[in-house]
Amino acid sequence: MRVTVIDYKAGNLTSVLKTLTHLGAECEVTDDPVRVQKAERLVLPGVGHFAATKLLDDRGLTRAVREKIADGTPFLGICVGMQWLYAGSTEAPDQPGLAYFAEQCARFPNVSEKVPHVGWNSIRISPNSKLFAGVADNSFVYFTHSYKAPVTADTAATTDYIEPFAASVERNNVFGVQFHPEKSSDVGLKILSNFLAFNTEAI
Amino acid sequence: MITKRIIACLDVHAGRVVKGIQFVDLIDAGAPALLAERHALEGADEIVLLDITATHEGRQTLLDTVRRTALRLFVPFTVGGGIRSADDAAQVFDAGADKISINSAALADPNLITAIGNSFGAQAVVVAIDARREPNAPINQARVFVQGGRKPTERRAVEWAREAESRGAGEILLTSMDSDGTRTGFDCELTAAVSSAVRIPVIASGGAGTPAHFVDVFTRGRADAALAASIFHFGVSSARSLKQELARAGVSVRLPC
Repeated sequence: MRVTVIDYKAGNLTSVLKTLTHLGAECEVTDDPVRVQKAERLVLPGVGHFAATKLLDDRGLTRAVREKIADGTPFLGICVGMQWLYAGSTEAPDQPGLAYFAEQCARFPNVSEKVPHVGWNSIRISPNSKLFAGVADNSFVYFTHSYKAPVTADTAATTDYIEPFAASVERNNVFGVQFHPEKSSDVGLKILSNFLAFNTEAI
Repeated sequence: MITKRIIACLDVHAGRVVKGIQFVDLIDAGAPALLAERHALEGADEIVLLDITATHEGRQTLLDTVRRTALRLFVPFTVGGGIRSADDAAQVFDAGADKISINSAALADPNLITAIGNSFGAQAVVVAIDARREPNAPINQARVFVQGGRKPTERRAVEWAREAESRGAGEILLTSMDSDGTRTGFDCELTAAVSSAVRIPVIASGGAGTPAHFVDVFTRGRADAALAASIFHFGVSSARSLKQELARAGVSVRLPC
Protein backbone atom coordinates (compact mmCIF):
# COMPACT_ATOMS: atom_id res chain seq x y z
CA MET A 1 0.00 0.00 0.00
CA ARG A 2 1.00 3.60 -0.53
CA VAL A 3 1.73 5.97 2.36
CA THR A 4 2.34 9.69 2.10
CA VAL A 5 4.67 10.96 4.82
CA ILE A 6 4.43 14.69 5.41
CA ASP A 7 7.80 16.42 5.75
CA TYR A 8 7.67 19.66 7.72
CA LYS A 9 11.38 19.73 8.62
CA ALA A 10 10.79 18.58 12.19
CA GLY A 11 13.60 16.14 12.74
CA ASN A 12 14.62 12.97 11.06
CA LEU A 13 12.27 10.92 8.86
CA THR A 14 14.67 8.08 8.12
CA SER A 15 13.52 5.75 10.92
CA VAL A 16 9.82 6.13 10.14
CA LEU A 17 10.36 5.60 6.41
CA LYS A 18 12.62 2.60 6.95
CA THR A 19 10.06 0.94 9.23
CA LEU A 20 7.05 1.59 6.99
CA THR A 21 9.03 0.25 4.03
CA HIS A 22 10.01 -2.83 6.06
CA LEU A 23 6.27 -3.44 6.58
CA GLY A 24 5.67 -3.37 2.84
CA ALA A 25 4.50 0.21 2.40
CA GLU A 26 5.47 2.27 -0.62
CA CYS A 27 6.39 5.64 0.89
CA GLU A 28 6.23 9.08 -0.64
CA VAL A 29 7.72 12.04 1.27
CA THR A 30 6.28 15.45 0.50
CA ASP A 31 5.67 18.98 1.71
CA ASP A 32 3.34 19.68 -1.22
CA PRO A 33 -0.39 20.03 -0.39
CA VAL A 34 -1.28 18.82 -3.90
CA ARG A 35 0.48 15.53 -3.19
CA VAL A 36 -1.26 15.34 0.19
CA GLN A 37 -4.62 15.73 -1.55
CA LYS A 38 -3.81 12.63 -3.61
CA ALA A 39 -2.69 10.54 -0.61
CA GLU A 40 -4.21 7.15 0.17
CA ARG A 41 -2.86 7.13 3.74
CA LEU A 42 -1.13 9.93 5.66
CA VAL A 43 1.59 9.85 8.31
CA LEU A 44 2.73 12.97 10.15
CA PRO A 45 5.91 12.26 12.14
CA GLY A 46 7.72 14.89 14.10
CA VAL A 47 10.14 15.33 16.92
CA GLY A 48 11.15 18.56 18.53
CA HIS A 49 9.18 21.72 19.11
CA PHE A 50 5.44 22.24 18.58
CA ALA A 51 6.26 25.60 16.93
CA ALA A 52 7.66 23.65 13.94
CA THR A 53 4.06 22.83 12.96
CA LYS A 54 3.70 26.45 11.78
CA LEU A 55 5.23 25.25 8.50
CA LEU A 56 2.13 23.09 7.98
CA ASP A 57 0.00 26.25 8.01
CA ASP A 58 2.45 28.24 5.88
CA ARG A 59 2.61 25.58 3.15
CA GLY A 60 -1.14 24.99 3.01
CA LEU A 61 -0.70 21.50 4.43
CA THR A 62 -3.05 22.03 7.40
CA ARG A 63 -5.99 22.70 5.10
CA ALA A 64 -5.10 19.77 2.84
CA VAL A 65 -4.89 17.41 5.82
CA ARG A 66 -8.19 18.68 7.23
CA GLU A 67 -9.93 17.93 3.92
CA LYS A 68 -8.34 14.50 3.62
CA ILE A 69 -9.37 13.58 7.16
CA ALA A 70 -12.94 14.67 6.40
CA ASP A 71 -12.83 12.43 3.31
CA GLY A 72 -11.96 9.42 5.46
CA THR A 73 -8.28 9.06 4.56
CA PRO A 74 -6.47 7.15 7.35
CA PHE A 75 -4.16 9.51 9.25
CA LEU A 76 -1.46 8.72 11.82
CA GLY A 77 0.36 11.41 13.81
CA ILE A 78 3.48 10.40 15.72
CA CYS A 79 4.84 12.31 18.76
CA VAL A 80 4.50 16.04 17.91
CA GLY A 81 2.41 14.76 14.97
CA MET A 82 -0.11 13.45 17.51
CA GLN A 83 -0.01 16.63 19.61
CA TRP A 84 -0.79 18.66 16.48
CA LEU A 85 -4.17 16.90 16.26
CA TYR A 86 -5.22 18.81 19.40
CA ALA A 87 -6.16 22.49 19.68
CA GLY A 88 -2.62 23.46 20.64
CA SER A 89 0.17 23.04 23.13
CA THR A 90 1.52 25.18 25.94
CA GLU A 91 4.93 24.63 24.28
CA ALA A 92 3.96 27.19 21.61
CA PRO A 93 0.77 28.96 22.83
CA ASP A 94 0.46 31.13 19.70
CA GLN A 95 0.59 28.21 17.30
CA PRO A 96 -2.79 26.50 16.84
CA GLY A 97 -3.04 22.79 16.14
CA LEU A 98 -5.53 21.08 13.86
CA ALA A 99 -8.12 20.99 16.68
CA TYR A 100 -9.53 17.65 15.52
CA PHE A 101 -9.47 16.93 19.25
CA ALA A 102 -10.58 19.91 21.34
CA GLU A 103 -8.10 19.62 24.23
CA GLN A 104 -4.70 21.24 24.77
CA CYS A 105 -1.33 19.53 25.22
CA ALA A 106 0.76 20.60 28.20
CA ARG A 107 4.13 20.00 29.80
CA PHE A 108 4.56 17.39 32.51
CA PRO A 109 4.20 19.03 35.92
CA ASN A 110 7.41 20.10 37.60
CA VAL A 111 8.02 17.46 40.26
CA SER A 112 10.96 15.35 41.28
CA GLU A 113 10.75 12.93 38.30
CA LYS A 114 12.88 13.72 35.30
CA VAL A 115 11.44 15.52 32.30
CA PRO A 116 11.67 14.62 29.40
CA HIS A 117 10.02 11.23 29.83
CA VAL A 118 12.52 9.03 28.00
CA GLY A 119 12.46 5.26 27.72
CA TRP A 120 10.22 2.23 27.58
CA ASN A 121 6.94 2.51 29.44
CA SER A 122 3.80 0.37 29.46
CA ILE A 123 0.43 1.19 27.90
CA ARG A 124 -3.09 0.42 29.11
CA ILE A 125 -5.10 -0.23 25.99
CA SER A 126 -8.77 0.67 25.47
CA PRO A 127 -10.52 -2.53 24.40
CA ASN A 128 -12.19 -0.97 21.36
CA SER A 129 -9.04 0.47 19.83
CA LYS A 130 -8.39 -0.49 16.21
CA LEU A 131 -4.77 0.63 16.29
CA PHE A 132 -3.95 -1.73 19.17
CA ALA A 133 -5.86 -4.78 17.92
CA GLY A 134 -3.81 -7.85 18.83
CA VAL A 135 -1.43 -5.88 21.07
CA ALA A 136 -1.25 -7.19 24.64
CA ASP A 137 -2.34 -4.85 27.42
CA ASN A 138 0.66 -3.48 29.38
CA SER A 139 2.98 -3.84 26.38
CA PHE A 140 6.04 -1.61 26.40
CA VAL A 141 6.71 1.16 23.88
CA TYR A 142 9.46 3.78 23.56
CA PHE A 143 8.75 7.40 24.53
CA THR A 144 10.77 10.60 24.38
CA HIS A 145 8.80 13.79 25.10
CA SER A 146 8.18 16.61 27.57
CA TYR A 147 4.63 17.55 26.51
CA LYS A 148 1.59 15.28 26.47
CA ALA A 149 -2.13 15.12 25.76
CA PRO A 150 -4.77 14.61 28.47
CA VAL A 151 -6.79 11.42 28.90
CA THR A 152 -10.26 11.83 27.31
CA ALA A 153 -13.02 9.71 25.78
CA ASP A 154 -10.94 9.46 22.58
CA THR A 155 -7.86 8.08 24.34
CA ALA A 156 -6.88 4.70 22.86
CA ALA A 157 -4.09 3.94 25.34
CA THR A 158 -2.87 5.55 28.53
CA THR A 159 0.55 5.62 30.17
CA ASP A 160 1.41 6.69 33.67
CA TYR A 161 4.39 8.96 34.18
CA ILE A 162 3.97 11.51 36.96
CA GLU A 163 0.30 11.32 36.00
CA PRO A 164 -1.76 9.37 33.45
CA PHE A 165 -1.62 10.83 29.93
CA ALA A 166 -2.78 9.82 26.45
CA ALA A 167 -0.21 7.49 24.91
CA SER A 168 -2.55 7.23 21.94
CA VAL A 169 -5.70 8.84 20.60
CA GLU A 170 -8.17 7.50 18.07
CA ARG A 171 -11.41 8.61 16.49
CA ASN A 172 -12.79 7.29 13.20
CA ASN A 173 -9.93 7.39 10.66
CA VAL A 174 -7.63 9.55 12.79
CA PHE A 175 -4.93 8.05 15.01
CA GLY A 176 -2.15 9.54 17.10
CA VAL A 177 0.65 7.96 19.13
CA GLN A 178 2.81 9.88 21.58
CA PHE A 179 5.44 7.13 21.57
CA HIS A 180 7.61 6.03 18.65
CA PRO A 181 6.18 2.84 17.11
CA GLU A 182 9.11 2.76 14.67
CA LYS A 183 11.41 2.35 17.72
CA SER A 184 9.17 0.08 19.78
CA SER A 185 10.30 -3.33 18.56
CA ASP A 186 7.66 -5.96 17.68
CA VAL A 187 4.90 -4.09 19.53
CA GLY A 188 5.51 -0.98 17.43
CA LEU A 189 5.62 -2.97 14.19
CA LYS A 190 2.23 -4.51 15.06
CA ILE A 191 0.74 -1.06 15.70
CA LEU A 192 2.04 0.31 12.40
CA SER A 193 0.79 -2.81 10.58
CA ASN A 194 -2.64 -2.20 12.08
CA PHE A 195 -2.56 1.36 10.75
CA LEU A 196 -1.48 0.18 7.29
CA ALA A 197 -4.29 -2.40 7.28
CA PHE A 198 -6.96 0.00 8.59
CA ASN A 199 -9.84 0.39 6.21
CA THR A 200 -12.12 3.41 6.60
CA GLU A 201 -15.14 1.49 5.25
CA ALA A 202 -14.82 -0.86 8.21
CA ILE A 203 -15.99 1.80 10.69
CA MET B 1 5.99 2.36 35.11
CA ILE B 2 9.01 3.75 33.26
CA THR B 3 11.65 1.04 33.04
CA LYS B 4 15.42 1.12 33.41
CA ARG B 5 17.10 0.69 30.03
CA ILE B 6 19.78 -1.85 29.17
CA ILE B 7 21.89 -0.58 26.31
CA ALA B 8 24.23 -2.77 24.27
CA CYS B 9 27.30 -0.98 22.96
CA LEU B 10 29.33 -1.90 19.88
CA ASP B 11 32.78 -0.37 19.44
CA VAL B 12 33.48 -0.29 15.73
CA HIS B 13 36.68 0.36 13.79
CA ALA B 14 36.69 0.43 9.98
CA GLY B 15 33.41 -1.46 9.85
CA ARG B 16 34.38 -4.17 12.33
CA VAL B 17 33.45 -4.63 15.95
CA VAL B 18 36.77 -4.43 17.76
CA LYS B 19 36.19 -4.48 21.49
CA GLY B 20 34.77 -7.15 23.66
CA ILE B 21 35.05 -9.84 21.06
CA GLN B 22 37.30 -12.76 21.78
CA PHE B 23 38.31 -13.46 18.19
CA VAL B 24 38.42 -10.06 16.56
CA ASP B 25 39.92 -11.36 13.35
CA LEU B 26 37.00 -13.67 12.74
CA ILE B 27 34.44 -10.88 12.72
CA ASP B 28 33.73 -9.74 9.18
CA ALA B 29 32.60 -6.29 8.03
CA GLY B 30 28.93 -7.17 8.38
CA ALA B 31 29.26 -7.97 12.03
CA PRO B 32 28.03 -4.69 13.54
CA ALA B 33 24.68 -5.04 11.79
CA LEU B 34 24.35 -8.69 12.78
CA LEU B 35 25.44 -8.12 16.37
CA ALA B 36 23.13 -5.14 16.78
CA GLU B 37 20.17 -7.10 15.49
CA ARG B 38 21.04 -10.04 17.74
CA HIS B 39 21.25 -7.78 20.81
CA ALA B 40 17.86 -6.26 19.97
CA LEU B 41 16.33 -9.73 19.53
CA GLU B 42 17.88 -10.80 22.83
CA GLY B 43 16.18 -7.98 24.67
CA ALA B 44 18.48 -4.94 24.55
CA ASP B 45 16.39 -1.78 24.91
CA GLU B 46 18.70 0.29 22.80
CA ILE B 47 21.87 -0.01 20.71
CA VAL B 48 24.86 2.34 20.77
CA LEU B 49 27.49 2.16 18.05
CA LEU B 50 30.72 3.98 18.83
CA ASP B 51 33.06 4.51 15.92
CA ILE B 52 36.69 4.66 16.93
CA THR B 53 37.91 5.24 13.39
CA ALA B 54 39.83 8.50 13.36
CA THR B 55 40.50 8.90 9.63
CA HIS B 56 38.53 10.87 7.10
CA GLU B 57 38.20 7.84 4.80
CA GLY B 58 36.73 5.99 7.74
CA ARG B 59 33.68 8.29 7.73
CA GLN B 60 32.20 6.74 4.59
CA THR B 61 32.77 3.26 6.03
CA LEU B 62 31.01 4.37 9.20
CA LEU B 63 28.01 5.76 7.32
CA ASP B 64 27.78 2.50 5.43
CA THR B 65 27.92 0.55 8.69
CA VAL B 66 25.24 2.79 10.23
CA ARG B 67 23.03 2.32 7.17
CA ARG B 68 23.28 -1.45 7.28
CA THR B 69 22.85 -1.58 11.05
CA ALA B 70 19.80 0.69 11.06
CA LEU B 71 18.04 -1.27 8.34
CA ARG B 72 16.75 -4.05 10.55
CA LEU B 73 16.85 -2.33 13.93
CA PHE B 74 13.54 -1.30 15.46
CA VAL B 75 14.80 -0.05 18.82
CA PRO B 76 16.52 3.31 19.44
CA PHE B 77 19.92 3.52 17.78
CA THR B 78 22.67 5.95 18.84
CA VAL B 79 25.87 6.58 16.90
CA GLY B 80 28.94 8.32 18.27
CA GLY B 81 32.56 8.91 17.38
CA GLY B 82 34.08 11.55 15.17
CA ILE B 83 31.01 13.79 14.88
CA ARG B 84 32.53 17.29 14.73
CA SER B 85 29.82 19.40 13.12
CA ALA B 86 26.11 19.66 12.51
CA ASP B 87 26.80 18.43 8.96
CA ASP B 88 28.52 15.30 10.28
CA ALA B 89 25.51 14.73 12.51
CA ALA B 90 23.07 15.23 9.62
CA GLN B 91 24.85 12.52 7.60
CA VAL B 92 24.67 10.07 10.48
CA PHE B 93 20.94 10.81 10.97
CA ASP B 94 20.36 10.36 7.24
CA ALA B 95 22.03 6.97 7.46
CA GLY B 96 19.45 5.92 10.05
CA ALA B 97 20.67 6.89 13.54
CA ASP B 98 18.01 8.12 15.97
CA LYS B 99 20.48 9.89 18.23
CA ILE B 100 24.07 11.01 17.95
CA SER B 101 26.60 11.09 20.75
CA ILE B 102 29.19 13.86 20.92
CA ASN B 103 32.09 14.17 23.32
CA SER B 104 35.29 16.08 22.44
CA ALA B 105 33.52 18.18 19.82
CA ALA B 106 30.92 19.36 22.36
CA LEU B 107 33.65 20.44 24.76
CA ALA B 108 35.53 22.23 21.99
CA ASP B 109 32.36 24.00 20.87
CA PRO B 110 29.41 23.70 23.26
CA ASN B 111 27.21 25.51 20.70
CA LEU B 112 27.28 22.29 18.69
CA ILE B 113 24.86 20.75 21.23
CA THR B 114 22.34 23.52 20.57
CA ALA B 115 22.89 23.52 16.81
CA ILE B 116 22.20 19.79 16.41
CA GLY B 117 19.30 19.96 18.87
CA ASN B 118 17.68 22.79 16.93
CA SER B 119 17.69 20.75 13.71
CA PHE B 120 16.93 17.27 15.02
CA GLY B 121 15.40 17.79 18.47
CA ALA B 122 17.04 17.62 21.91
CA GLN B 123 16.07 13.95 22.21
CA ALA B 124 18.55 13.18 19.43
CA VAL B 125 21.58 14.70 21.18
CA VAL B 126 23.51 12.59 23.68
CA VAL B 127 26.49 14.26 25.31
CA ALA B 128 29.12 11.69 26.28
CA ILE B 129 31.34 12.49 29.24
CA ASP B 130 34.48 10.50 30.08
CA ALA B 131 35.41 11.25 33.68
CA ARG B 132 37.97 10.23 36.25
CA ARG B 133 37.91 10.97 39.96
CA GLU B 134 40.49 13.32 41.42
CA PRO B 135 42.51 11.83 44.29
CA ASN B 136 41.39 13.07 47.74
CA ALA B 137 38.79 15.40 46.26
CA PRO B 138 34.98 15.46 46.50
CA ILE B 139 33.08 13.52 43.83
CA ASN B 140 31.87 16.69 42.13
CA GLN B 141 35.50 17.44 41.28
CA ALA B 142 35.75 14.40 38.96
CA ARG B 143 37.60 15.56 35.86
CA VAL B 144 36.47 15.37 32.23
CA PHE B 145 38.85 13.81 29.69
CA VAL B 146 38.75 14.03 25.89
CA GLN B 147 40.31 12.23 22.93
CA GLY B 148 39.20 8.82 24.07
CA GLY B 149 40.32 9.46 27.63
CA ARG B 150 43.87 10.46 26.71
CA LYS B 151 43.70 14.18 27.41
CA PRO B 152 42.55 15.81 30.67
CA THR B 153 40.53 19.04 30.53
CA GLU B 154 39.79 21.73 33.07
CA ARG B 155 36.13 20.75 33.18
CA ARG B 156 34.40 18.92 36.04
CA ALA B 157 31.93 16.18 35.12
CA VAL B 158 29.03 17.40 37.27
CA GLU B 159 29.32 21.00 36.16
CA TRP B 160 29.80 20.04 32.48
CA ALA B 161 26.73 17.78 32.59
CA ARG B 162 24.68 20.72 33.89
CA GLU B 163 25.96 22.98 31.14
CA ALA B 164 25.29 20.33 28.47
CA GLU B 165 21.71 20.09 29.75
CA SER B 166 21.25 23.85 29.68
CA ARG B 167 22.55 23.93 26.11
CA GLY B 168 19.94 21.40 25.06
CA ALA B 169 21.40 17.92 25.46
CA GLY B 170 18.74 15.21 25.61
CA GLU B 171 20.75 12.65 27.59
CA ILE B 172 24.14 12.23 29.26
CA LEU B 173 26.28 9.16 28.61
CA LEU B 174 28.66 9.06 31.57
CA THR B 175 31.69 6.77 31.41
CA SER B 176 33.78 6.27 34.51
CA MET B 177 37.36 5.86 33.32
CA ASP B 178 38.27 4.45 36.73
CA SER B 179 35.80 1.59 36.28
CA ASP B 180 35.95 1.09 32.50
CA GLY B 181 37.17 -2.35 31.53
CA THR B 182 37.49 -3.55 35.12
CA ARG B 183 34.20 -5.49 35.25
CA THR B 184 34.12 -4.68 38.98
CA GLY B 185 31.02 -2.51 38.90
CA PHE B 186 29.89 0.94 37.85
CA ASP B 187 31.03 4.05 39.70
CA CYS B 188 27.74 4.55 41.54
CA GLU B 189 28.86 7.65 43.48
CA LEU B 190 29.89 9.48 40.33
CA THR B 191 26.75 8.39 38.48
CA ALA B 192 24.52 9.52 41.35
CA ALA B 193 26.29 12.87 41.55
CA VAL B 194 25.71 13.57 37.85
CA SER B 195 22.19 12.11 37.76
CA SER B 196 21.12 14.24 40.71
CA ALA B 197 22.55 17.38 39.12
CA VAL B 198 20.46 17.21 35.93
CA ARG B 199 16.84 16.52 34.94
CA ILE B 200 17.72 14.67 31.71
CA PRO B 201 18.40 10.91 31.71
CA VAL B 202 21.87 9.67 32.60
CA ILE B 203 23.28 6.50 31.05
CA ALA B 204 25.95 4.86 33.22
CA SER B 205 28.90 3.22 31.50
CA GLY B 206 32.10 1.50 32.54
CA GLY B 207 32.60 -1.43 34.85
CA ALA B 208 29.66 -3.76 34.12
CA GLY B 209 30.51 -7.30 35.13
CA THR B 210 27.55 -8.91 36.88
CA PRO B 211 23.78 -8.34 37.15
CA ALA B 212 24.32 -7.09 40.70
CA HIS B 213 26.38 -4.21 39.29
CA PHE B 214 23.36 -3.11 37.26
CA VAL B 215 21.05 -3.33 40.28
CA ASP B 216 23.51 -1.17 42.15
CA VAL B 217 23.81 1.54 39.51
CA PHE B 218 20.02 1.70 39.03
CA THR B 219 19.38 2.11 42.77
CA ARG B 220 22.37 3.66 44.53
CA GLY B 221 23.73 5.19 41.30
CA ARG B 222 20.32 6.68 40.27
CA ALA B 223 21.08 5.83 36.63
CA ASP B 224 18.22 5.87 34.12
CA ALA B 225 19.98 3.46 31.77
CA ALA B 226 23.14 1.40 31.82
CA LEU B 227 25.44 0.47 29.00
CA ALA B 228 27.55 -2.61 28.57
CA ALA B 229 29.65 -4.07 25.78
CA SER B 230 31.78 -7.02 26.70
CA ILE B 231 29.30 -8.54 29.15
CA PHE B 232 27.08 -9.36 26.16
CA HIS B 233 29.70 -10.04 23.52
CA PHE B 234 31.38 -12.71 25.60
CA GLY B 235 28.05 -14.43 25.95
CA VAL B 236 28.19 -14.08 29.72
CA SER B 237 24.67 -12.83 29.70
CA SER B 238 22.06 -11.77 27.19
CA ALA B 239 20.16 -8.58 27.86
CA ARG B 240 17.07 -10.72 28.45
CA SER B 241 18.63 -12.90 31.15
CA LEU B 242 20.16 -9.80 32.71
CA LYS B 243 16.74 -8.15 32.80
CA GLN B 244 15.16 -11.24 34.34
CA GLU B 245 17.69 -11.00 37.16
CA LEU B 246 17.00 -7.28 37.53
CA ALA B 247 13.26 -7.93 37.74
CA ARG B 248 13.86 -10.48 40.51
CA ALA B 249 15.82 -7.80 42.36
CA GLY B 250 12.87 -5.42 42.08
CA VAL B 251 14.19 -3.21 39.25
CA SER B 252 11.52 -2.23 36.71
CA VAL B 253 12.58 -3.46 33.23
CA ARG B 254 10.94 -4.13 29.87
CA LEU B 255 9.81 -7.77 30.05
CA PRO B 256 8.84 -9.76 28.10
CA CYS B 257 11.10 -8.46 25.40
